[in-house]
Amino acid sequence: MNEFVETILDLPWHEPKGSYDVVIVGGGGHGLATAYYLATRHGITNVAVVEANYIGSGNSGRNTTIIRANYGIPESVRFYQHSLELYATLEDETECWIMHSTKGLLWLAHTEWGMRAERARTLMNQACGAETVMVTPEEAKALCPALDLSGGGRYPILGASYHPGAATARHDRVVWAYAQGALRRGVHIIQHTPVIGLLRDGARVTGVQTEAGPISAGIVLSAVGGRVTELAGMADVRLPIRTHPLQALVTNAYAQGLGPIVSDSELLCYVSQTARGQMLMGAEFDSQPSYSMASSFEFLQSVAAKVTRFLPFLRDLRVLRQWTGICDISPDYSPIMGETGADGLLVTTGWGTWGFKAIPAGGEAMAEQIATGVAPSLIASFGLDRFARDHAMADQGSAGTR
Amino acid sequence: MLWITCPTCGERPVTEFRFGGELPHVPEHLTDDAERNLDYVWMFDNVAGVTTERWFHATGCRRWLTLRRDTRTDQVVA
Repeated sequence: MNEFVETILDLPWHEPKGSYDVVIVGGGGHGLATAYYLATRHGITNVAVVEANYIGSGNSGRNTTIIRANYGIPESVRFYQHSLELYATLEDETECWIMHSTKGLLWLAHTEWGMRAERARTLMNQACGAETVMVTPEEAKALCPALDLSGGGRYPILGASYHPGAATARHDRVVWAYAQGALRRGVHIIQHTPVIGLLRDGARVTGVQTEAGPISAGIVLSAVGGRVTELAGMADVRLPIRTHPLQALVTNAYAQGLGPIVSDSELLCYVSQTARGQMLMGAEFDSQPSYSMASSFEFLQSVAAKVTRFLPFLRDLRVLRQWTGICDISPDYSPIMGETGADGLLVTTGWGTWGFKAIPAGGEAMAEQIATGVAPSLIASFGLDRFARDHAMADQGSAGTR
Repeated sequence: MLWITCPTCGERPVTEFRFGGELPHVPEHLTDDAERNLDYVWMFDNVAGVTTERWFHATGCRRWLTLRRDTRTDQVVA
């Protein structure tokens, strides 16, 4: 029996009760972390997490597991830095091994314009409490000896920003750690139970309709990924979300250590090494919105052409696996957390291609908002109402994708 | 892979095109100006099904075209 099956079987099956204080739709990282923090930080345990498939079956189990805080606007840097710090202590807190590994991240620049963007990022990070410094090409080479500083002759590396706190963690172990912590405190995790509607009393959302029957709730939180538009639509809530597929691929194992995560905002791709030695990489999301999870050859072609420019040894590796997740992308590349305008329905969405790193801070903040009824200051500027106020939190350059 | 039939160039791979967005529609049912503008500017239908979209043949004839695509399969439909 492998670790995956073991962990899934370990989940007790809960017959849904008719009513909970809080029902969370979506058993991914954000949903389960919110349930965990509701139980541990606020003593709210009459909570159900309702998941259509098995926990972590969506984007929480498909991402490239990068944890970093080197964003480009102050609100994001503070938020992701807090998340990075929560990740660093998560193993101690949950007593689960999430294979957290601090690796550092190099963000390469190939043009004077790219250097300017990285310098600006560095200054912004330092001002907001995240550690990021500029490094010379030689320093980058010392950190990551496999780098070709000439960029294949066409994309010379002029410098890079270096974010030493960047880390990776095993994605499904993070999901299981939160699930287990929540379960131990009495949270119900109801798997294989799709939500097909919302219960409403006038305009107020009073619960969810599932294939196994209705469940009423004091508060419903949508922690749904790519299919969030449909769920919000059940409460007549309109969202500025488009669902785009994001692909990733992994090669067979490479015998040498890569060192840090290597990212490139001009070529738009990123490479890291898994605990098994495989090279894990990703790039831009597909330009057209789609719910299709088919992987494409043109993505493979385009990633290969880009990453081999600065990491030529990748040419000799074979691609083991390629996969796709469907991401809830917001127009300003920042998450949307909090009130929806419909009473009783909260949302945590817009996690696009950057949600994994935010699981601890996002869950903690949403739990606080549910418990106190007020958005914590860390996420207050990420509300859905920012679009009506013309306060979009534009930070496309930090998403690593576009 | 998604293939798109351009009226000028024939059937070409999606990598030659740029996605130009769904056909815009003004939400006439919203009577409040601010609400209508908010919806028109920011909100998306994000349909899981057939949408009508504009595409730009960027590395071909550089003309715009309109097509219907099923977002569940990412394939063009008639």
